[in-house]
Amino acid sequence: MDADCVIEVENLVAHYGARQILHGVNLRVAQGEINVIMGGSGSGKSTLLRHLLGLKRPTSGSVRLLGKDITKMAARELHVLRRNMGVAFQGGALLSSLTVGENVQLPLREHTRLDDRTIEIMTRLKLEIVSLGGYEHLHPSQLSGGMIKRAALARAIVMDPKLLFFDEPSAGLDPVVSAELDDLILKLRASMGMTIVVVTHELESAFKIADRITVLDHGHILLSGTVAEVRESKEARIEALLNRRSRQTEVDPDDYLRRLTGG
Amino acid sequence: MVYKVTKRGGYAVVHLAGDVDLSCSPEARKTILDALLGAQHTLVDLSQVSYIDSSGVASLVEGYQTAKKKGLRFGLVGVSEPAMSVLELARLDKVFPIHASVEERLGQDG
Repeated sequence: MDADCVIEVENLVAHYGARQILHGVNLRVAQGEINVIMGGSGSGKSTLLRHLLGLKRPTSGSVRLLGKDITKMAARELHVLRRNMGVAFQGGALLSSLTVGENVQLPLREHTRLDDRTIEIMTRLKLEIVSLGGYEHLHPSQLSGGMIKRAALARAIVMDPKLLFFDEPSAGLDPVVSAELDDLILKLRASMGMTIVVVTHELESAFKIADRITVLDHGHILLSGTVAEVRESKEARIEALLNRRSRQTEVDPDDYLRRLTGG
Repeated sequence: MVYKVTKRGGYAVVHLAGDVDLSCSPEARKTILDALLGAQHTLVDLSQVSYIDSSGVASLVEGYQTAKKKGLRFGLVGVSEPAMSVLELARLDKVFPIHASVEERLGQDG
């Protein structure tokens, strides 16, 4: 294994029922790298993320995190490894019955025996970092979409993980809030040295934060390269993604008319 | 993490070194708070710190707050680059008294 490589996916094959979602995916992420996984709906990017997190067992292939193959791990071992992993889910996945502060400190309560005072200060520190200082007593229902994302990020980083996974940070946010989250991701890497995997379909965000971009299409990796390599790619489907070209094929007038009229 | 406590010009100087993380920050916290509970002005030397996580930073915050409550002087000295970048992320570089060295702090006290 490459010593600097903290995430290594080899020949990952995944199915949902009989349907194959991932077709032999390979991915390597170096220590301290921000790798952005891109692709349209149905590309398999969410499925890949679930496998990276050990939430799904693959049909075949391996997923090595920090040198350990999580596809062969017992639940208990995976639980220990998760101390080094932070995840900010797309919808926030905050518990509605708990306050923001209680949500953020959940991993510390679960994984550590730190003093209450230390936990409280760490929680407030992380809320300050995501610009939610003073909001710890609110409940998730009292937060805006952008605030929920930031609270979820605070929870994801409360243990200072080595690996941070962020699912669709920009989805549903206005451009300013989205840009702020991008800045925050860059700052976390710079100051904490975190290795960060971001799943997104937002090009602008990907180009701003990524060291490497991995483009998935129908469960295959189309390209894994630097921002410049992705921009210069002549692969038609990547160009389509960059130009936001519709996936619709050209209209066959006769066929279209038949479909409309049922004739 | 390794640490030691020395005495310099009316201060207890807590020297932290190596990685200050979840595994050892409770010990760092206890050392800092013990110095303050002994009513000593306290400096924390971070010059040999290669990494400090937020549990370590939280211990420094608690130490500073305790010092303020007790009317004792508190400061960070020789903050290493990795430690400084973590403090900056949380904007704590604007909160803690930070000095290049113990000598600099002693010089300021006159």
